[in-house]
Amino acid sequence: MTDTILVVVEQREGKLNRVSWETIAAGQALAAETGWTLEAAIVGSVGDLAKEVAGKKVSKVYEIESPKLAPYTPDAFSVALKQFIESKQPKLVLMPHTYQVRDFVPKLATAMGRTVISDCIGYKKEGDKLVFTRQMLQGKFSADVSFTSDAPWFVTFQNGAFRGDKAEAGSAAAPVETVNVEIADNIVRNKPHEVFKEAKQAVDLTQAEIIVSVGRGIKEQKNIELAKQLAEALGGEISASRPICDAGWLPMDRQIGSSGQTVAPKLYLALGISGAIQHIVGMKGSRTVVAINKDSEAPIFEIADYAVVGNLFEVVPPLIEEVKKAKAGG
Amino acid sequence: MKILVCIKQVPQKDAPLKLNESGTWIREDVSYEVNEPDAYALEEALRQKEKHGGEVVVITSGPARSQQVLREALAKGADRAIHLEDNAFVGLDAFNTARVFAAAIKDEQFDLIFTGLQSDDYGYAQTGVVLAELLGWPHATIIMQIEKSDAGIRVKRELEAGFFQFVDMPLPAVLTIQSGINKLRYATLIGIKNAKNKPLRKVTLAEVQSAIGENLQKIERMYIPQKTKKTEFLEGSSSEIAKKLVDKLRNEVRVL
Ligand SMILES: Cc1cc2nc3c(=O)[nH]c(=O)nc-3n(C[C@@H](O)[C@H](O)[C@H](O)COP(=O)(O)OP(=O)(O)OC[C@H]3O[C@@H](n4cnc5c(N)ncnc54)[C@H](O)[C@@H]3O)c2cc1C
Ligand SMILES: Cc1cc2nc3c(=O)[nH]c(=O)nc-3n(C[C@H](O)[C@H](O)[C@H](O)COP(=O)(O)OP(=O)(O)OC[C@H]3O[C@@H](n4cnc5c(N)ncnc54)[C@H](O)[C@@H]3O)c2cc1C
Repeated sequence: MTDTILVVVEQREGKLNRVSWETIAAGQALAAETGWTLEAAIVGSVGDLAKEVAGKKVSKVYEIESPKLAPYTPDAFSVALKQFIESKQPKLVLMPHTYQVRDFVPKLATAMGRTVISDCIGYKKEGDKLVFTRQMLQGKFSADVSFTSDAPWFVTFQNGAFRGDKAEAGSAAAPVETVNVEIADNIVRNKPHEVFKEAKQAVDLTQAEIIVSVGRGIKEQKNIELAKQLAEALGGEISASRPICDAGWLPMDRQIGSSGQTVAPKLYLALGISGAIQHIVGMKGSRTVVAINKDSEAPIFEIADYAVVGNLFEVVPPLIEEVKKAKAGG
Repeated sequence: MKILVCIKQVPQKDAPLKLNESGTWIREDVSYEVNEPDAYALEEALRQKEKHGGEVVVITSGPARSQQVLREALAKGADRAIHLEDNAFVGLDAFNTARVFAAAIKDEQFDLIFTGLQSDDYGYAQTGVVLAELLGWPHATIIMQIEKSDAGIRVKRELEAGFFQFVDMPLPAVLTIQSGINKLRYATLIGIKNAKNKPLRKVTLAEVQSAIGENLQKIERMYIPQKTKKTEFLEGSSSEIAKKLVDKLRNEVRVL
């Protein structure tokens, strides 16, 4: 086992997934604190992606190569990384908690008899021990979790946990080494088709300056009308959390979050939304967040500028009236 | 098709939660419900059975209280249930949880195993994929559609930011199911009545003990997260709050 931290960056459609920079930043911070060496790897690299990563402050960048690594499958990625990690023996392996990583990293760790502390938002060094912080119970609690098994230790970081723009550039480009892995013919069982986007989006919420967003606190489909009235009074658009769109109460293209749209309006008014991380990632760039929620502990209040703890059905009707009055010059 | 659905019991969404004495988990005196994506996984299994025939079996691990999620599943149409019943099961990490599931079903031959894509309480998003690896089966995650094909199945994976992908895969396989894949049914009165006579096999800790290894990770402590943002709470009667908020929107946020 070497004292090495390995960051596995992610590429998508030939481009580096931006969240990779966050993981590099996390790796740099951990390396500074532990004195361990930081290296990066890219699986099935294309073009100059490895060079892009080598511009950052890392000791080395590996391109893990095999013709079987494209398109992505969990079988090929898991086998490739297992071979690589077994030969290089890093202590700590960091990845972003993306859909792709969620798809293969539990398999990889299990194949190596190891475990993953997934979806972490930070870390602490306590004496010689590293503990990783993750949200529990939908963000209502945090927990510090440690490994009780031998290295390699696998950790994935939540989108937004570290600042990608804080990833330091290196003084000189790090060396890039290509490592070829063997993937036998019968390994890959899944046959993935092209990635596609569902029907074209009818509404583009990214341009909206004011958004009123509804969550499950709206209770019934007919109550959506109330939120629409507020949006109309404010001159804004309406959007929703995922369960509202899953239920068909509003169309899919009005969903905000990791599997929906990402917006950054001047005002984001959340009605009866709890503030799960998958929702937050889609709206945390909003300039001002107002949250109305009856639960004073709802995680949405963590990121709200103005908060109303209360029943939305009591607060929204007078709010509509006041907005109308204000608009009328009252 | 013979389908196994893993259903976890989790604290109810609106339940007020308190830390337990050791500060490593919550106090258990709360109301519980079915983990949301698991309800969709069950619904999908029932729909597949209605289309292609076969059997739907549900499994949970947890204390006596968690039998409730199996009863509900049987009432909705599952054929039989397996309950790994012991308080100790909830203290297992995802790796060990998957190991006890594999041990409990070793004499069965399933075509498909469904899990939710992640639990609403712990949220590791691992159990299904770990189980697939232990069984040596292929898997696919975050599934929004399942069709039977000549060679096996074709599934639709949800990717980030509104993208999707179809994947062909052989059986048997493990799929982790995303909420919203279908519309949930309610249990009928007759279903609830019939459920009482459906088989429910209990598996004790002793029966699967040999499959359990050391947990590979440990919760050192759990706590309420510190707020980082300065939030201004608006208080008063509803009409006072409405006035205060409009004042903020006009004079500070400047959108009115
Ligand atoms: C060190 C440690 C201590 C813990 N202590 C406690 C504790 O004291 N009390 C407590 O309640 N929890 C405790 N847990 C949580 C633990 O029981 C997890 O629930 C378990 O590790 C599964 O992980 P997960 O819930 O994140 O499942 P995920 O991997 O997120 O779940 C995905 C899917 O797997 C299936 N699944 C997972 N677990 C079950 C289950 N039990 N029955 C049926 N299906 C299931 C479901 O379909 C679910 O949708 C502890 C975990 C660890 C690591
Ligand atoms: C892989 C993955 C991708 C996902 N993608 C997305 C995504 O893109 N977008 C998304 O939104 N979610 C997404 N989710 C789901 C997400 O985890 C949450 O389940 C979801 O955001 C919860 O929606 P909600 O806040 O509306 O509902 P809940 O969590 O049920 O919250 C409802 C809230 O309403 C409050 N409330 C109830 N009644 C009232 C009342 N009368 N007045 C005021 N408040 C009230 C409650 O206190 C509660 O806080 C995803 C999940 C996964 C696992």
